[in-house]
Amino acid sequence: MSLLHLTPKGLYCEAGDFFVDPWEPVDRAVITHAHGDHATWGSYSYLTSVPGVNVLRARLEMGARIRGVEYGETVALNATTVSLHPAGHILGSSQVRIEHRGEVWVVSGDYKTDPDPTCTPFEPVLCHTFVTESTFGLPIYRWPSQADVFAEINAWWRANAAAGRTSLLLGYALGKAQRLLAGLDPNIGPILTHGAVERMTGVYRQDGIELPPTQYAGAAGSRADATGAIVIAPPYADASLWSRRFGNHSTGFASGWMMVRGARRQRSGLDRGFALSDHVDWPSLLAAIEATGAGEVWVTHGYTGPVVRWLQERGVDAKAVATRFEGERAEVTETSQDELSDSAAPLPPSPAASSP
Amino acid sequence: MKAFAHLYTALDETTATKEKVAALADYFRSAPPADAAWAVHFLNGRRPKRLISSGKLRAWAAEEAGVPAWLFEESYQAVGDLAETITLLLPAGGESSELPLSHWVEERLLRLRGEDDDVQREDMVASWRELDSRERFVWNKLITGSFRVGASQQLVTRALTEVSGVPEGVIAHRLMGAWDPTPEFFERLIAPDTSDADVSRPYPFFLAHPLEGEPGTLGDAGEWIAEWKWDGIRAQLIRRAGRTFLWSRGEELLAGRFPEVEETGGLLPDGTVIDGELIPWLDGAPLPFAQLQRRIGRKNLGAKILDEVPVVLVAYDLLEAAGVDIRALPLSERRLRLAALVESVPSGRLLLSTAVPAPNWLAATNARREAREVGAEGLMLKRLSSSYGVGRRRGDWWKWKVDPLTVDAVLIYAQPGSGKRAGLFTDYTFGIWEGSHLVPFAKAYTGLTDEEIRKVDAFVRRNTLEKFGPVRTVKPELVFELHFEGIQRSSRHKSGIAVRFPRMARWRTDKKAEEADTIETVRALLSP
Repeated sequence: MSLLHLTPKGLYCEAGDFFVDPWEPVDRAVITHAHGDHATWGSYSYLTSVPGVNVLRARLEMGARIRGVEYGETVALNATTVSLHPAGHILGSSQVRIEHRGEVWVVSGDYKTDPDPTCTPFEPVLCHTFVTESTFGLPIYRWPSQADVFAEINAWWRANAAAGRTSLLLGYALGKAQRLLAGLDPNIGPILTHGAVERMTGVYRQDGIELPPTQYAGAAGSRADATGAIVIAPPYADASLWSRRFGNHSTGFASGWMMVRGARRQRSGLDRGFALSDHVDWPSLLAAIEATGAGEVWVTHGYTGPVVRWLQERGVDAKAVATRFEGERAEVTETSQDELSDSAAPLPPSPAASSP
Repeated sequence: MKAFAHLYTALDETTATKEKVAALADYFRSAPPADAAWAVHFLNGRRPKRLISSGKLRAWAAEEAGVPAWLFEESYQAVGDLAETITLLLPAGGESSELPLSHWVEERLLRLRGEDDDVQREDMVASWRELDSRERFVWNKLITGSFRVGASQQLVTRALTEVSGVPEGVIAHRLMGAWDPTPEFFERLIAPDTSDADVSRPYPFFLAHPLEGEPGTLGDAGEWIAEWKWDGIRAQLIRRAGRTFLWSRGEELLAGRFPEVEETGGLLPDGTVIDGELIPWLDGAPLPFAQLQRRIGRKNLGAKILDEVPVVLVAYDLLEAAGVDIRALPLSERRLRLAALVESVPSGRLLLSTAVPAPNWLAATNARREAREVGAEGLMLKRLSSSYGVGRRRGDWWKWKVDPLTVDAVLIYAQPGSGKRAGLFTDYTFGIWEGSHLVPFAKAYTGLTDEEIRKVDAFVRRNTLEKFGPVRTVKPELVFELHFEGIQRSSRHKSGIAVRFPRMARWRTDKKAEEADTIETVRALLSP
C-alpha cells in the first residue's frame, strides 16, 4: 500500500495523518526546510528539525506552533514512526523518514551532498521508496569544485575592489547567502548585506553558525562606503532602486542555474554567474538515489521526465510526482517572491521602504 | 587558442562597453596578425560553411559523453545552444592548448571539410580531448558556425581604432565587402596609409532611426526631404574598373541573383556607387515582398520567374562619382547628381527614389497615411544638408513607418527559445477564431518584457494540454495584441493568411479568449 498520496494540498500520509511540505494550510505539517516552496503559512502545527526551528520561525507567522525533533530521533505520529535526517541543503533541512508496518519511505526535500559549513551534512537513509527532488536532473549539471568557485568569487571581488568598484553578489537570502558568507575572504574588504540577508544571517548566528562580520547595507548611506565592498543581496534586489546606490558596481549571481550561459544572459545587467548550488547535480543525484537502496523512486520538483526515464531504463520502478512549483524555474521565481515579503519584515527596517 | 578563448570569456563576463573594447584592444595588440585576422573574421559574424551536420555532431558528442540520444536532446532543450550543450556534457577536459588560433582554424577546422565521417569523427573527438572546457566551448562555436558574442562590429572597429589610430570610418570601410582573413589583410586593416583600394568594396550603409514622436520636433519641414520607404533588399550597386558588383546590406555579394539589375550596372560610368533598394516592380508599381521571396529562395532563375517578378533598383543615394567618395557632400547635392545619373541610364531597371511632396509636416503626415496604398512601409525623412554617415546614427535620417495593423489573438502553442531564451517558453503561436475553433494565424517571439515572459512561461507550464516534442499546446486563455506590417493571402498557411513582421504589442490581460478577433475581421484587412 502506498504510504503517501498526492492530494491538492500536497503529499499526504494517511496512516500518520500529516502532510509533508503542504502548499496550503493543514492540521499537521512536517517541514523539510524553510524555503517558501516547502514551508507555507497558516498550518495548525509544524514539525521540523531542532536546528531548523529558528529559521522556520523567522519565515512563518509570529505565533506558529513549531515542534523541533533532533536528527534521528523518532516520533510516533498515529500509526507511523517518523524521524528527520540531515539533507545538507540549508540550516535545519531534513529528509523525512516514515515507517509503517515495516514499510519505509523517505522524502528528500531539497538536498545536496557537497560539504557546506553552515549546515549538517547529508546522510543517506535506507528505504523502500524514495521521494527525491530533481531540480538539476540533467547531465549538463555537474558542479565545479566548490573551492574553485569560491576562489573565482574572491578573485572577482578582489579585482573589483582594486578597480574601485562595488561587488554586488546575488543569492537567495536564506541558505545561499550564508554559505556565500562562509566562503568569502574577509581580508579583501567589508561585507555588506541586504536587509533580507542580514535578518536570516542573524538567525544563523544565534544558532551558533560562525560567519564573518557583516554590515547592514541599509545603513551605508553614501556611495563611498561601499567602494571595494561586497554586497550580498537576494536576486530581486538588483532590478530595484536599492542597488543603484552602489554606483559603479559589477553584478554576480550565485546559483546552479549559472552553469548555463543562457540562464545568465536572461538576466539583463548580470556580469558574472557563479555555479554554486544547494542542490545535488546529476552524478550526485544518481548516487544518492542508489545509496537509499530504494526499489521505488518518486521524482518531483524539477526535471522529473528525464530522471524518471533514466531510472526506468536501469530497471528502477520510477514515476514523476507533480508539484505546484514546477521546479525548473521555481528557484528563480517563487522563492524570490517569498523573499520579497521578507524584506518588508519589521526588523531590521526594510531598505526598500526606508530609502526615499 | 588559449588567448582567443580568454578574449571570448572576457567579452562574455562583462556588460560594460568600455571593458569589452579594452579586452578586444588587448587581444589585437598581442595576437599574431594571423590570429588577429581570424578573430576579426569571426567577431564580424563571418563563418565557414557548415563543416559537419548538427546530427553527426550530436551523435558523436553524446557517445563521447556517454549519454543516450534522448538525454542529449533533453539537455539541448534546456541549454538552447548546441556548442554549449556539447561542452557541458563532455567528460572533464584536457590541457589548455598553446597552439595559436590560426593553427586551429587552418590546420584543424578547415581540414575537416570533405573528409569522410570516420576521419571527421576522429578529429572532433581528438580536439575535444585536447582542449580545456573554455576552449572547447569556443571551438564548438566555431565548428557549429554560431559564433556570436556580445561584441558588435562597432566595438571591434572601435578597438581596432584604439590599437592603430586609424579612424573608425576607414576601418569600417575596410571591413566591408570581400576579404580573406590573412595576416596581410590584418596588416592592411590597421595600416595608417589610407590610399588602399579594392574595386569590389562597398561603403558601410547609413541607417535611419525610427521616428517615434511627431515630425514637428525635427524643425522646419523645408530642410527635409521625404521619400517612400520601400520594403525590399537594401543594396549597393558598384561599377568600378569595368566590373559590376551588387552587395546586400548583409554584405552578401548578390552575384547572379538579380541579373537585370547587374546588367544595368554595366551602363553606369566607371567609379560609381549607388545606394538603393531592390524591389519587385511590375507595371509601374511595387509587388508585395512575398513575391520577392519567391525569387530569393531559388538557385536557378528561369525566364518565367524573371518575367513574373521583375526587380528594379530604386536609387536612394549616390556615394561615389567618377571614382571619388562623395559621402561628405550634402544630400541635396548628391541627389542632384544621382538624378542626372539615373536620367542618363537608358534602362527601366534603375529608378530614382522620388521625393514625396511635403512642403510642411501636415502634408507629410497625410502622405504617410497613403503609404500602404502605394505599397510602401512609410516615409523616410532625410535632412537635405546631411552627409552619408556610417551605421545607425540619430539626427539626420529617420524612418517613419505607417502605424501597424493590429489583431487580438489567443496563445495556443508555445515552444522554448534558444540562446539567451533557452529553457523558457518564449516562442508562441497565436490563433484567431474560425467559428468555434482557433485557427493558427501567426507566430511571434518579440515584444514582451522579461517579466512578462516569465509569467507566460509559468502559465505555459501549468496549463499544458499536450506535448509534441518541444511544442506544447496550452489552454487557450491568454490574449495578445499582435502588430504586423503587411497582410497577404497565402495558400501555405492554415488560416489562408500570411502576415509580415508579427510581434506582440501588448498582453491584453483585460480580454478573455472569446473576445479575440475572428478570421472574418482579419480577412477584412486584406486589400481587395
